[in-house]
Amino acid sequence: MRRLELAIAGLLACSAVASIAFVVIYDSGADTQGLGIALGAALAFLAAALLIASRKLFLSTPVAEERPEFAQPPEDPGFTVGPAAEEAEELAGEIESPAEAITRRRLLVAAAGAAGTALGAALVVPAASLGPSLDDRLHRSPWRTGVRLVDEDDQPIAPAMIGERGFVTAFPEGVDKRELAAPLIVMHLNPSSLDLPAGREGWAPQGLVAYSKICTHAGCAVSIPRSPLYPDQAPRPALVCPCHYSTFDPAKGADVIFGPAGRALPQLPLSIGSDGTLVAAGELSGDVGPAWRGTRGVT
Amino acid sequence: MSPERAVERRGGLTQRAVRWVDDRTGSASGIRKVLRYVFPDHWTFLFGEIALYSFVVLVATGIFLTFFFEPSTAKTTYHGAYAPLEGATVSKAFASAMNLSFDVRGGLLMRQTHHWAALVFVAAITVHLMRIFFTGAFRKPRDINYYVGLTMLMLVIVEGYAGYSLLDDLLSGMGLAIGNAVALSFPIFGADLSNLIWDGQFPGSDAFASRLFIAHVLIFPVLIATLLTIHLILVALPHHTQFAGPGKTERNAVGTPLWPVYAFRSIGLLLAVSAVLFTLGGLVQINPIWQWGPYDPFRSTNAAQPDWYLGWLIGALRLMPPLEIRAFGSTLVPNPFFGGALFPMLLFAFLYAWPALERRITGDRGLHNLLERPRDNPLRTAVGSAVLTFCLIVFFAGSSDRIFLQFGIPYEGQVVVLRVVVLVAPVLVFFAVKRTCEELRRGESHPLRDFPGRVVRRTPGGGYEPEP
Amino acid sequence: MRRPHTRTLTIVAIAAAGAALLELSTSSSGQVKEPVAGPVAAPSNSAQIARGRQLFVEGCSSCHGLDARGVEYQGPSLVGVGASSADFYLRTGRMPLAEPGRQPIRAEPAYPDDQIEALDAYVGSLGGPPIPAVDPSAGSISRGTKLFSSSCAGCHSITGEGGVVVGGFAPELHQATPTQVAEAVRIGPYLMPSFDRNQISDADLNSIARYVEDVVQEPDDRGGWGIGHLGPVPEGLVAWFLATAVLLLVARVVGERSEGVGPKERP
Repeated sequence: MRRLELAIAGLLACSAVASIAFVVIYDSGADTQGLGIALGAALAFLAAALLIASRKLFLSTPVAEERPEFAQPPEDPGFTVGPAAEEAEELAGEIESPAEAITRRRLLVAAAGAAGTALGAALVVPAASLGPSLDDRLHRSPWRTGVRLVDEDDQPIAPAMIGERGFVTAFPEGVDKRELAAPLIVMHLNPSSLDLPAGREGWAPQGLVAYSKICTHAGCAVSIPRSPLYPDQAPRPALVCPCHYSTFDPAKGADVIFGPAGRALPQLPLSIGSDGTLVAAGELSGDVGPAWRGTRGVT
Repeated sequence: MSPERAVERRGGLTQRAVRWVDDRTGSASGIRKVLRYVFPDHWTFLFGEIALYSFVVLVATGIFLTFFFEPSTAKTTYHGAYAPLEGATVSKAFASAMNLSFDVRGGLLMRQTHHWAALVFVAAITVHLMRIFFTGAFRKPRDINYYVGLTMLMLVIVEGYAGYSLLDDLLSGMGLAIGNAVALSFPIFGADLSNLIWDGQFPGSDAFASRLFIAHVLIFPVLIATLLTIHLILVALPHHTQFAGPGKTERNAVGTPLWPVYAFRSIGLLLAVSAVLFTLGGLVQINPIWQWGPYDPFRSTNAAQPDWYLGWLIGALRLMPPLEIRAFGSTLVPNPFFGGALFPMLLFAFLYAWPALERRITGDRGLHNLLERPRDNPLRTAVGSAVLTFCLIVFFAGSSDRIFLQFGIPYEGQVVVLRVVVLVAPVLVFFAVKRTCEELRRGESHPLRDFPGRVVRRTPGGGYEPEP
Repeated sequence: MRRPHTRTLTIVAIAAAGAALLELSTSSSGQVKEPVAGPVAAPSNSAQIARGRQLFVEGCSSCHGLDARGVEYQGPSLVGVGASSADFYLRTGRMPLAEPGRQPIRAEPAYPDDQIEALDAYVGSLGGPPIPAVDPSAGSISRGTKLFSSSCAGCHSITGEGGVVVGGFAPELHQATPTQVAEAVRIGPYLMPSFDRNQISDADLNSIARYVEDVVQEPDDRGGWGIGHLGPVPEGLVAWFLATAVLLLVARVVGERSEGVGPKERP
């Protein structure tokens, strides 16, 4: 016992030393690793002292105590006897004979419950109108004919700037880049490989296609352009989202070819302005970002 | 010093303390009752305490952090100690977190300890939940406490998500974009739900940052603390459950009195939990936001992940086939709903419903204070194992990209295979576990402790025969 | 007689998890330092080119053709790819490629330095860009961060740990020398897009190389053990298999164990 008490005292002393070390380290540079070791040691020594004391130092014989009335079962553990058991038997009987389980009374109760719930839900829904209308906000887009494309440094984008197998992230000139519909990914494809949806024939001058960079699955930036050096020996060009790996085919209007996204990325028609830089030739083909009830532009 | 003397001295101190309080409050009998309160003992009953003490560390370190963190999405130019981000446009929230990490003494220790505590908190709750489930501790009269616990688990998961999203770094920003997508995906009212939280289209207005902050530092902690108090009271009132054993019945509680043994053990455990968390906080890096950089909606990185307790959701979102339900020109159910909302809702619905379901199936509506070993209830253990298997596989799918990079198994192939495995494996596990439990009960030998074989001895003739 | 206790099993489990964590977090020892000027296009005399041609015929022509104009379904033409391509693929061990059509991956170079120089000279003689000159110290670390974040992080991850690209993968960058970084940016190997001078200038390339050298390969790990710079996955492993496992062990040591008798049988 004496050794035990000395040991506990020793642990407490070590803990004290570690605490002092913590203060010293804090005062001289506050190195994160040093602070962590010191504080951790101080706590650990103290913990050890208390835990050993709880286990070895005190007399501890198990004690039995009656539980309070409400927490005591009537007779046996498990199955009850008496009125409660009779009810249990009744219910058990009902389970065994499902045909009788749906009596008329229960049918009416169930139907009333369903009607009440549905009515209640219906009455609550118009509360949504109390808030500001989200609809226009979710359809809004800064892109329209003539808006110039700029890169992250606000420089206009000439087609020559994007390499043969290159890409760039583009924004509308003069618009807050954090607006969801603002960022585009502009990719350079081989013009002969293009197979855009009907009506979009002129949308990709020189093989440059522009799509919203915001994934239509869950809103991450689609930042993985797949561009094969040797197309006959590698997967075709694609735009891949790093979050859940939705894969879009930029030659085919960004149709989904793998992954969980439910619709294509909206495409922006491009044209080359008089100064030789890229400008928008119209609006985006649909709403950007993750789908919701009123998403437009879903084909 | 003899043990008797030691106890005596302790008793003297305690008695004096009790008298001191009683002189001022008249509560001696109440205090004595509390000090003599009996706690049934088993090491698995300590899991809840580990969770509780992680929460204590969270609150303590969190208070420190609130003195330095600035919850604003207003833009500023970074001019701080980390050169690679010099001149970068970041939010004030991000900049203040950088300041905490680089310039505030002990700031990084507190930040990292806080984050480690959150991860361990949810892990401990999960282990605790599994103990509750597989031993039948949720049965009457404790089903109400079980519901309180489940509610806390939901709150804690959301609280953690909110916490690491406050920093506006690249990883958590991407996580918020996905959270917004899941909100939007709710049928009928999704857009309004998203609007309510984000105040407009993602990334939302500055109001969002303030709402998130106040939710994380005040609303959720108060809710959790309140539920925690109720939870502890509901444990104490009927006394804790116990495993069957000599002298233990449904009517009594056999264990250690609160004072001094249990109290010392509990405080010792608090210190041990704190020790582990602070040591991790100093030695193992977590959420190094300077390496991720700031978030913008047009930025993303490969290999981004949410914190572990949301891993099941990223797995579900990645595994889900591209199903989107459209009709009458409307997108009725967008894809993220299935993995991001329906899946967790179904899981929690199952957890909430289980006590009533089990009562229905077994017909057992009685009160229980004795716990069952998992094998004693093969159906429950099998069902629980099957559900757990389903969740684990989905979790696994969430990081299958790293599996690919580490072991070369093609990612697309993993997705296809896992879509099948996730449906088949739980069924197999159900039958395997049920069978195992039934066999174990028949044999009555402990799988880990008891000797599995039979003793044999050599016969004079050279063969072997079992020892009689 | 007793079997190994659960405690031992827990320790084994922690050790296994620790090994998994180590596996996940070990990146090959970072920086490969090069002389600042780098191997710029060495004066390629005809002797070197001839030697390169000989090596080419021996080791490369089966896929790329005796005239280096490619063989259908095997290997592409190397006319016009330049010394820079040859240098990149050979120094990173991506070539020779075991099977055409598979993604070339980094490996130990199959040729010693002097032979690589000869091969570079030969392929360079067929036309195309020379080996780029990169000087990371002339680059700006903050500009490098910005460029890497916009153009590279999507595939390679912001910490350069690599990641899945459906149909292949983007490798981690811990062994990439500044020259190799520059070469890859201009070539755009396998599925990687290519960036020419109009988009990423030579000065920008210095900055990107500096980011790879100073941030990816020598990250600021002031928080302690970097656990692979992959974020929440290794963090979760540590939380479970280090922290929670230790705490469960503490609980096991500190708490009581049951006597192992089941409840009374139901009637």
